[in-house]
Amino acid sequence: MDFAFSEEQEMLRASARGFLTAEYPLERVAALADGEPGWDPSSWARLAGLGWLGLSVAEDRGGAGASLVDEAVLFEETGRALYPGPFLATVGLALPALQAAAKTVPEALSAVLAGERSATLAWAEPDGPRTIAESGRAGCAAARDGGGWRLTGTKRLVPDLAIADDAVVVARAGSPDDRPREPAPDAGDGVSGGQRPGAAVGDPARVGLWLVDLGAEGAAVVSRSTMDGTRRLGDLVLDATPATELVAPGEAAPVLAATRLRALAAVACEAVGVAERARGFAVEYAGQREQFGRLIGSYQAVSHRIADAYVATELARSLAYWAAWCVASDDEQAPAACAAAKSAAGEAAVLAAENAIQCMGGIGFTWDHPLHRLYKRAQWIDAFEGHGAAHRRELATALLDG
Amino acid sequence: MDFRDTPEEASFRARLRDWLRHNLPAGWEEREPKAGRSDEAEARAWSRKLYEAGYAGLTWPKRYGGGGAPYTFQAILLEELARAEAPDHLNIIGLGMAGPTLMAHGTEAQKARHLEPILSTEQIFCQGFSEPGAGSDLASLRTRAVRDGDGFVLDGQKVWSSFAHVADWCILLARTNPEAPKHRGLTFFLVDMHAPGVEVRPLRQLTGDPEFNEIFLTGVRVPAGQVVGEVDGGWAVAMTTLLHERGTLGFALTTRLEVLLRKLVALARAPDGSGQRPADDPLVRDRIARQWVELQGLRFTNYRALTSLVRSGVPGPEGSVAKLHWSESNQRLTKLALELLGPEAQLDGDGAVWNGYWQYQQLRSRGNTIEAGTSEVLRNIIAERVVGLPRSR
Repeated sequence: MDFAFSEEQEMLRASARGFLTAEYPLERVAALADGEPGWDPSSWARLAGLGWLGLSVAEDRGGAGASLVDEAVLFEETGRALYPGPFLATVGLALPALQAAAKTVPEALSAVLAGERSATLAWAEPDGPRTIAESGRAGCAAARDGGGWRLTGTKRLVPDLAIADDAVVVARAGSPDDRPREPAPDAGDGVSGGQRPGAAVGDPARVGLWLVDLGAEGAAVVSRSTMDGTRRLGDLVLDATPATELVAPGEAAPVLAATRLRALAAVACEAVGVAERARGFAVEYAGQREQFGRLIGSYQAVSHRIADAYVATELARSLAYWAAWCVASDDEQAPAACAAAKSAAGEAAVLAAENAIQCMGGIGFTWDHPLHRLYKRAQWIDAFEGHGAAHRRELATALLDG
Repeated sequence: MDFRDTPEEASFRARLRDWLRHNLPAGWEEREPKAGRSDEAEARAWSRKLYEAGYAGLTWPKRYGGGGAPYTFQAILLEELARAEAPDHLNIIGLGMAGPTLMAHGTEAQKARHLEPILSTEQIFCQGFSEPGAGSDLASLRTRAVRDGDGFVLDGQKVWSSFAHVADWCILLARTNPEAPKHRGLTFFLVDMHAPGVEVRPLRQLTGDPEFNEIFLTGVRVPAGQVVGEVDGGWAVAMTTLLHERGTLGFALTTRLEVLLRKLVALARAPDGSGQRPADDPLVRDRIARQWVELQGLRFTNYRALTSLVRSGVPGPEGSVAKLHWSESNQRLTKLALELLGPEAQLDGDGAVWNGYWQYQQLRSRGNTIEAGTSEVLRNIIAERVVGLPRSR
């Protein structure tokens, strides 16, 4: 039993924090988020140079051969810094599919590792799946076209769609007319009950994963006005858009299940970074601001709120690291650990940000102060793959119906 | 980072489970839960068994009669004992507080006199810190110790002292210098509970149990050799004691919560009088899942605390976090159990579900946010010493 990061992992944390603090202080993040294209594209090659993009990729595929436990440090630090780029989208969401296709489409993975391209994952659809867990119900149609494929359909709320180079798209082989309208009665979706957490994702029949070059003709990227400007969402409208098969139809379920768990652990770590940063603002302000002749942080109505945020964050931290370790070690508790970590960390980040806004009075309520940006990220995290209650529903199924 | 037992830890755990199977009273696993604490004779016999098997003072150095084992073994011991719902140890104050304090600050003579008998339960310890006028503000205590020849004479009153009615010794704080600032005039004493002038009166709690006591001290003579640390230097010694109080206890408490959650799940799954399962109510489901998440958060925060203890030798801030959250989580869980019982929850004792087990657990849980540092004090500690906010006083 050993629950600490290694010396190398602590060095990685120190170097990540140093880099992000120097290059992306929150004032710069705010300026980037309020402008176009919403990030600093020159950062991508630098992240590749730092070895962040292929940390968990096997060495024989050009990566560093480390694990999600190492990446946990980076998700936490990029969350803490609100790094506005497709890091979570690429490494947290798209990478498992690119890795699954490492033999058949090696150039997709190597372009990411080289920092030449970034990627995201498109799973949600209007009137279709909202979560990765439900993505077996994908209605986006994949049709053969000679030796390749063409995709038709609309994907929604894709993270960092406008700034990513490629999208991994969940689609169904066949014509658009035979999409399933309702999930089959027995096909649990991992969220609305009926199965153990993460056991399988949706109805696997004919669902596959394809890579779409977002610059290709027929790939229409519709940017949406997004509460969290550091992680903008977009809709992807595909109309017989050329696509490369990554995971064959019928074989996507295990890749999506793995993607989902990895993503839950990753966003939980990100949430811990967001929560800690938000609390930091509250502590700093409450230690300087005087009212009625005293520092407001000496009033327990203020300090206990901050203490509660600390407690929630530390519990979430323990769960997030546990979840990352479970996923990295292929532990049988991974689905439950990820559900617990995601629900607790998302809620802790929201609590920490809300408590900070309250403790900072009017200042924390202004656009100029960066706190609202952390709050909005916390809310994206809380909503990702379903709010806390959705994950607790899964856990309750495992606890009470087995 | 690795959450699995090492081969050594796994074999220790296996041996321990085997030992528990053979040494817990016959039919222990099948017995029906009941209200209240384990009884004193049972606890005494059990404490003796633990000592004879070498499980008392597992992490204490061998030269003091301990097992010299790493802290991780202690965590495993506490987990497995709680999981088996083994009887309480009668000398938890000796093992968890007095012993570690003496090892850190005691003289060789004090160590020789007390450490081994603490392990064997020949000397049961209690704690004399709190007073009617000094609770959270411990340093304001007023029990006086006046120098008299080669010793001190103590007069005053202590309160909330668990085990005082069976204790042989008391670790006690008294004021030796009324002129000094309040933290600098205190001395840490070992008081013989059988000495003339010591009177113990039981205090009945809201559960109905007299779990703790008042201690009245009237002209109690304490030899100078029973001072731990420096005269007027008792505050630093007491801080060691309190640090250890929250140091390893987390594993026992969290595992007890795990046991309670298991029972709560069983309760929720059982159909009620009208054939409904509480477990089918979405609100109940959400609350039970939340308890599970909180439990895992505590469990892994304990592991994190243990790792920092192993690496640095000093318990970190995780202990305060875990105690604070455990106490509140335990209150929520036991209250939910009473809700699941519905109007039946009003009945305790004979004829009640499990003879009033849940009623006792729920009522007892109200003490959790008061004992061993109130939640308010713990939030102050977190705010001021951990996150660095200005002092509230």
